[in-house]
Amino acid sequence: MTASHSLMQVSAELKAATARLEAGPLGSECLVKVGGDWRLSEPVPSWNSVVGKRTAASVRVVAEDLGKWDTSLVLFLAHGRAWCLESKNSFHAEALPGDLQALLLRVSTMVAPKPMAKSAVKSNWALLETVEKKWASQAMEIVTFVGECALGFIGVARKPRRFRWMDCLVQMQQCWASSLPIVSLVSFLVGVILAFQAAVQLQQFGAAVYVADLVGLAVVREMGPIMAAMIVAGGTGAGFAAQLGNMKVDEEIDALETLGISSVDFLALPRLLAVAIMMPILAFYANALGILGGMFVSTTMLDIPAGAYWIETQNRVGLSDVTGGLFKSLFFGMAIGLAGCLRGMKCDRSAAGVGTATSSAVVTGILLIILADALFALIFNVLGI
Amino acid sequence: MTNSTPASVIEVKNLSCGYGETVVLQDVSFVVHPQELLFVIGGSGCGKSTLLRCLIGLLKPLRGDIAYFGKSFTTADAAQRREILKTFGVLYQNNALWSSMTLAENISLPLEEHTSLSREDRKEIIALKLKDVGLSGSEELYPSELSGGMQKRAALARALALDPAIVFFDEPSEGLDPITLREMDLLILHVRETFGTTMVIVSHQLSSIFRLADRVIVLDREARGIIAEGSPAELAANSTNPRVRDFLNQVGDSPKRTNQPFADKENHFSK
Repeated sequence: MTASHSLMQVSAELKAATARLEAGPLGSECLVKVGGDWRLSEPVPSWNSVVGKRTAASVRVVAEDLGKWDTSLVLFLAHGRAWCLESKNSFHAEALPGDLQALLLRVSTMVAPKPMAKSAVKSNWALLETVEKKWASQAMEIVTFVGECALGFIGVARKPRRFRWMDCLVQMQQCWASSLPIVSLVSFLVGVILAFQAAVQLQQFGAAVYVADLVGLAVVREMGPIMAAMIVAGGTGAGFAAQLGNMKVDEEIDALETLGISSVDFLALPRLLAVAIMMPILAFYANALGILGGMFVSTTMLDIPAGAYWIETQNRVGLSDVTGGLFKSLFFGMAIGLAGCLRGMKCDRSAAGVGTATSSAVVTGILLIILADALFALIFNVLGI
Repeated sequence: MTNSTPASVIEVKNLSCGYGETVVLQDVSFVVHPQELLFVIGGSGCGKSTLLRCLIGLLKPLRGDIAYFGKSFTTADAAQRREILKTFGVLYQNNALWSSMTLAENISLPLEEHTSLSREDRKEIIALKLKDVGLSGSEELYPSELSGGMQKRAALARALALDPAIVFFDEPSEGLDPITLREMDLLILHVRETFGTTMVIVSHQLSSIFRLADRVIVLDREARGIIAEGSPAELAANSTNPRVRDFLNQVGDSPKRTNQPFADKENHFSK
């Protein structure tokens, strides 16, 4: 008994959705019989395939052996009704189950969504204007934030005890620890690459020893500080943005503000100072490894002894080159800290916002680094350093 | 409290607030009396949180004035503002405990910022506050090491660190199970009885409203303001506004359940 019962159920489960049309005995009336299981996830007949090119004065829909059904049947019937309405026929669904009729009624009383006012295609000028406005507001944001930080530092200078020294030390430690391995590898390889490129050209003139001059100057004046700054921008700067962004999302920054604690003083200044201090140290380290990379290529490939390479480097690279590079990196550090903290604190209150803030911090950081470097190139040129 | 306590702790006059061009609340006026437990309730999007953000100074009102103890908060200069900020504590919806700091440091920061207490005194206060909320001995734990209910209590301990005259609660029932919620409510009552604190609670937890509220303010999205004010029992019984009654009696137009919800398997769409 139970076995046959369950067997029947299984066969019921497998009924395919059907819709048949019969030209009924009432002359011009069409009879549409729907039956079987109607599932959105299964193929179901469409109204057009059922009626074809037929026309009729009225359509009557009846259920015949109807199994389980869902929105697919409602949709089918709604299409039928729309078809009838278009060809000014009458549509009769009174013979269908009550709940199906109720749903069909719901479809007919649904308010069509208002068409969105299509924004006109913007002209290139209008597009340029919006981009311009965005840039202007972002530039304004940066300037305001720089001002707030400057005021904060003046406050710290007045009351050094209020500064969060411990936070600053922790951030310095994290910056150092996270950047050191990559800075080591990248600066060593930059030295190697520069040496290779220089060697190919200089060897033609038998001037291979000048590889030391080229690598030394390029690394100390530009590549060391820049590469170290890029790595810190990608690691520490992005980290600042993610950290502060999360704090913003979790209302932690609000909690500071309602205590009357400035979030710039509390969060941004220790981070800014930490990265501004660490940056020249990392740049110095990058310089050393870059020169080491050049020396490695020279000793192994060009047969220049390490001692000779070192003496040549010392002769060419002066103290002003080194200090100039390190001075620049101090500003690179501040740019990274500014970009990271600013983007973090202006983050949208959502998980996506934190992601955007993080990537934006890296982009802004790198942009500011390059801008600062260009500015310094100009200044150093004028000053003759 | 002495006799010189003014009649109102918070006075909101013709307050309008919103974001950019959208005005969420318009011309809202109300008063919070000393030691009162006031609930701000209303459906989603009615501006409860916006009002709270305005009250605690995170959002600049578009118009109108908020005064604490008779002193304007809206027009206060930096020093006055700091004085006012000292008088209230806030319990945020997400608790907003500083995640990089231990509970002790979390509670200590308001004390460091606004008092000149010695380290030992601060330590004692921290222990006391944690004991008050039932978290004795968890000074050195980080917020992430606590359960949701414990975080809520820790956040309350921080909000109470300066013994504020007013405490604001943003959805204190959010994410709490009914038993923890009841404990939280009892804790709120205990704090009010012990310290005579005025409390403003934004919530739509009906059980808490009836358990705690002296008075409720009902906000409405379409009215962009207050549509009813009074004690919860009174409003539930006699409010002239059917939506207020519906809200408090929780009838709404919720569908009636069939006796056998899964009996009719043929049509899972039915009823």
